[in-house]
Amino acid sequence: MTFLEMLYFIIPSAIFYATPLIFTAIGGVFSERSGVVNIGLEGLMIVGAFVGIYVNLEYAATFGAATIWVAMLAAVIGGGIFSLLHAVASISFRADQTVSGVAINLLGLAVPLFLVKLIYDKGQTDMITQTISRFNIPYLEDIPFFGPLLFQNVYSTSILAFAVAFGAWFIIYKTPFGLRLRAVGEHPMAADTMGVNVNKMRYIAVVISGALGGLGGAVYAQSITNDFSHATIAGQGFMALAAMIFGKWHPIGALGAALFFGLAQTLSITGDQIPYVQDIPSVFLQILPYVLTIFALAGFIGKANAPKASGQPYIKGKR
Amino acid sequence: MSNRVINILVPIVSIIIGLIVGAIVMLVSGYDPVQGYLALWTGIFGDSYSIGNTIRQITPYILAGLAVAFAFRTGLFNIGVEGQLIIGWLAAAWVGYAFELPKIIHLPLALLAAAVAGAFWAFIAGFLKAKFKVHEVIATIMLNYTALYIANAVIKSLSDGGFKTERIQETASLRSPFLRELTDNSSLHYGIIVALIMVAVMWFILEKTPRGYELKAVGFNQHAAEYAGMSVNKNIILAMTISGMFAGLAGAMEALGTFQNAAIQAGFTGIGFDGIAVALLGANTPLGVIFGATLFGSLKYGALNMPNAAGIPEEIVSIIIALIIFFVASGYIIRVGLQKLSKKKEGQ
Repeated sequence: MTFLEMLYFIIPSAIFYATPLIFTAIGGVFSERSGVVNIGLEGLMIVGAFVGIYVNLEYAATFGAATIWVAMLAAVIGGGIFSLLHAVASISFRADQTVSGVAINLLGLAVPLFLVKLIYDKGQTDMITQTISRFNIPYLEDIPFFGPLLFQNVYSTSILAFAVAFGAWFIIYKTPFGLRLRAVGEHPMAADTMGVNVNKMRYIAVVISGALGGLGGAVYAQSITNDFSHATIAGQGFMALAAMIFGKWHPIGALGAALFFGLAQTLSITGDQIPYVQDIPSVFLQILPYVLTIFALAGFIGKANAPKASGQPYIKGKR
Repeated sequence: MSNRVINILVPIVSIIIGLIVGAIVMLVSGYDPVQGYLALWTGIFGDSYSIGNTIRQITPYILAGLAVAFAFRTGLFNIGVEGQLIIGWLAAAWVGYAFELPKIIHLPLALLAAAVAGAFWAFIAGFLKAKFKVHEVIATIMLNYTALYIANAVIKSLSDGGFKTERIQETASLRSPFLRELTDNSSLHYGIIVALIMVAVMWFILEKTPRGYELKAVGFNQHAAEYAGMSVNKNIILAMTISGMFAGLAGAMEALGTFQNAAIQAGFTGIGFDGIAVALLGANTPLGVIFGATLFGSLKYGALNMPNAAGIPEEIVSIIIALIIFFVASGYIIRVGLQKLSKKKEGQ
């Protein structure tokens, strides 16, 4: 394998694995920017993966090639609704946000598995028939080097992921809504004084994180596993959490971190076909995202600081 | 209603609501909740075999619950019990099969190895928090996956590409023919005694030693503790390490008692996360942990009887457990409800 062939193989594959992480990590950015810690991303992804596969299996005949988009839309709604549990517990009921996140993760796994057994009477679903397809982007695919690297055999969902990341950046940093969102996460009392409805902002942010987490799960299930079982989502939600932190709570940072973790995942899975990489034990590539995140937090790779008010319920009138 | 009564009522109300919602879920799904809960009950207490296995299931839950509770009491959230447990499991299994020693040395050595390994894994998170201000929740989540992949790689290389280590020596085993016969060949083992001793150890450390007083003080108010001359950083590291010791021992229960080896895991065991539920329900006290572990351990094991006896997926119990965590965590709202209720009664 020449070096160029290697790149043409690794880079598209890295983007492929990164796509679900990007959606979920951006979701995490919204929630945490508003001051609500969301370690329930894993559970939200599982719910999204289940909803996506269920809709895909049941309605493939009705919608044909559009099925994957209908399934993803359903997962967005499903994830959003499911995240309301986290919102109600941690915003209105003042629950410990980490504990509530743990409960979301447990519930997010248990409910879909229960439903799979209820609906299909077995532990895992059949394989879906409609999967996310690839296409070449006209004109751009003809660019030498970059064409085959980035614009041939592209997944439509990958393009959407980049769009969501840049869109999130625009919303969070360039709109009044984004300003309020960040204010609520940094200093809720000041925001409240200025007339921002703290709890409403937080509800919106958590539901956005649920919607994007669900989308990430549906994309993962419909492009990588193609069915749903207890092991469909195994740690991708936590990896997205890591990407969000490694990306320093910034949408573009999270995008970059997710791409990098996608690369690590690709190398750990396909590494034995690639010269040099095959000499590295895959365990190092598997633990790389998590170890790097710890380093980032420890300040070895630039200091990563969480939003100030993250993790604290806002109680009016309490100083 | 006094605060004390409300503190006890919150978990009980949570359990009751959890069970009621579970029943509603079964009803809506077309299952018979009465049949379901009967199957659950028989799965737990049906015969001596079930009781034996239920106690076996409770054993690691007690230790995982202690790990979480101890950290909570000292102001830390150890969500990394899962990873510490896996490392402890591996260490106990390795010491268990690689050495040939008399039982009186071998068994304690294997337990010690698990405790030290788990403690070391948690120490990393404590050190990172004390030295670099890394939040322990994130650090331990990351260390969970690191532990899982490292343990899997080590098991693979120890077994020359296989998926599990050799079986541990008889001299390191917690199993006993006596307990087996007593419970109709269940996999009950002496680990429950280790777990109960550790409950006493936690109580002793926290309530009867100056060090425990310091640990709790740091948990209550770091600044006050520092002002009083206590080293906050040292106590954070120590608290995490002790918490990890309990978690490592939970791993030893699996290695030396239940499974007699360490095998490659596709995902987490779930014991560590359920330990959070156990600690929460037990209000982070040693006795409360026994109560929480008994409830969740019984539910988890009894659930296995539900598909056969009532045709209900066992996941219903995981749903109930998750709901109970939600309700305990949302204790604020239950408190408000209880207070309103008692005021109404007084008014009449």
